[in-house]
Amino acid sequence: MTEKKIRVLVAKPGLDGHDRGAKVIAYSLRDAGFEVIYSGLRQTTDSIIRAAIQEDVDVVGLSILSGAHLTLTRRVAEGLKAQGADEVVLLVGGVIPDEDIPTLREIGVKEIFTSGTSVNQVVESIKKHVHHNSPKEAGQ
Amino acid sequence: MNADWIDLIEKMRQGSVRALSRLVSRVENRDPGWMEAMQQIYPLSGQARLIGITGSPGAGKSTLTNGMARELVSKGFKVGIIAVDPSSPFSGGSLLGDRVRMKDLWDLDEVFIRSMATRGALGGLNQSARDVANLLDAFGKDFVLIETVGVGQDEVEVVRAADLVLVVCVPGQGDGVQALKAGIMEIADIFVVNKADREGAEELFLDIQSMLDMDSNQDKPRPPVLRTTANQNQGLPELVVSVLDLLKSSRHRQAWKKIRIREELIGLLEKQLTGWIKDQWEKDGDLEKAVRQIERRERDPYSIVRERLDHLMQNMRKDDPSGKR
Repeated sequence: MTEKKIRVLVAKPGLDGHDRGAKVIAYSLRDAGFEVIYSGLRQTTDSIIRAAIQEDVDVVGLSILSGAHLTLTRRVAEGLKAQGADEVVLLVGGVIPDEDIPTLREIGVKEIFTSGTSVNQVVESIKKHVHHNSPKEAGQ
Repeated sequence: MNADWIDLIEKMRQGSVRALSRLVSRVENRDPGWMEAMQQIYPLSGQARLIGITGSPGAGKSTLTNGMARELVSKGFKVGIIAVDPSSPFSGGSLLGDRVRMKDLWDLDEVFIRSMATRGALGGLNQSARDVANLLDAFGKDFVLIETVGVGQDEVEVVRAADLVLVVCVPGQGDGVQALKAGIMEIADIFVVNKADREGAEELFLDIQSMLDMDSNQDKPRPPVLRTTANQNQGLPELVVSVLDLLKSSRHRQAWKKIRIREELIGLLEKQLTGWIKDQWEKDGDLEKAVRQIERRERDPYSIVRERLDHLMQNMRKDDPSGKR
């Protein structure tokens, strides 16, 4: 009778005020059958970490267009780790220069989506990474 | 019970938010062992007061919840929030956006916010919301606020289980009182006219008052009607004072308590039984067979259900050691 749903937090850290992209992603993920928590604009990294913990999400997707992606993402990754939640799949989307992608991967980001990514790619990658995690949970 | 359940409960007792949050998920998912876990958790609960907040979509429930929680925290209380949003019956997914309106609470240690989707009908939102409320209670919250759209039986059931129910109305949704579904008016302990700075608020206020004048039910104290403009923090301190006062007196809720417990017991058993019956029926393949038969109109649903029921009863008698066999 168990009914596990993939839970995703879609968050916009920092100061940019454009959330169209984040909302489109949020709607698409809902339509893919996920439970999507959308938390609104201009969040601090601290409140994103709190939300991820309280909502017990499988995935955190950060939408960043401000250029501050390295700093913001590092803070979120470190914060999740500090809470013992480093198995949460971290994804980043937005305006990300190619040369920053290796650094983001080092920080622990599983996938980076730059402009032109199809919504389907995002859905598939979430399924892949969460399934990759779940055998551990199933072995309880 | 598995060691990891025990471990999580122990960590929750020591105040780990992460452990609480994991427990909520596992109980909500009905992971194996969830009932034994709740059995351990239940004795730790019993302190928190449960407040249901309901109203039509766009009435400002989340903003109001935000303001109330902030007000309660400023009085020294710890607050848990369960924000319910519907799941799509088609994709099974949901968009849970209530946190957007709870900015004031994002960084407060005293507040724990959990978004819950209604999931399928068989999930039994009513019961899982109660379970989550019990968990927040056991964690040490003084108040648990449950906010949900007041449409659909299941959502009404959720707030009905609360110690106190706020029904939120707003001007500009046609005839405000007509818009409230039957069954919602009756459960209100306090009416809130939110967005009271808008045109039509005064008419709505008077509409509700005159509706209450006509109410023939004398057993229940007359619910107060309060005005708020939650996004400007108007009227919230008064609302919280009113809530606290009513909770102190709450005479009619005593009789209500037994009904609630009764409903919870029957509901729990029902959900477990339904799940078990469905699993069994699917497992032995007869369910698919029956569907095909009815589709081809070779059989009718009534005789099939009667047959199935007989079959279940027979099996139960066989399993019962005190049975005649």
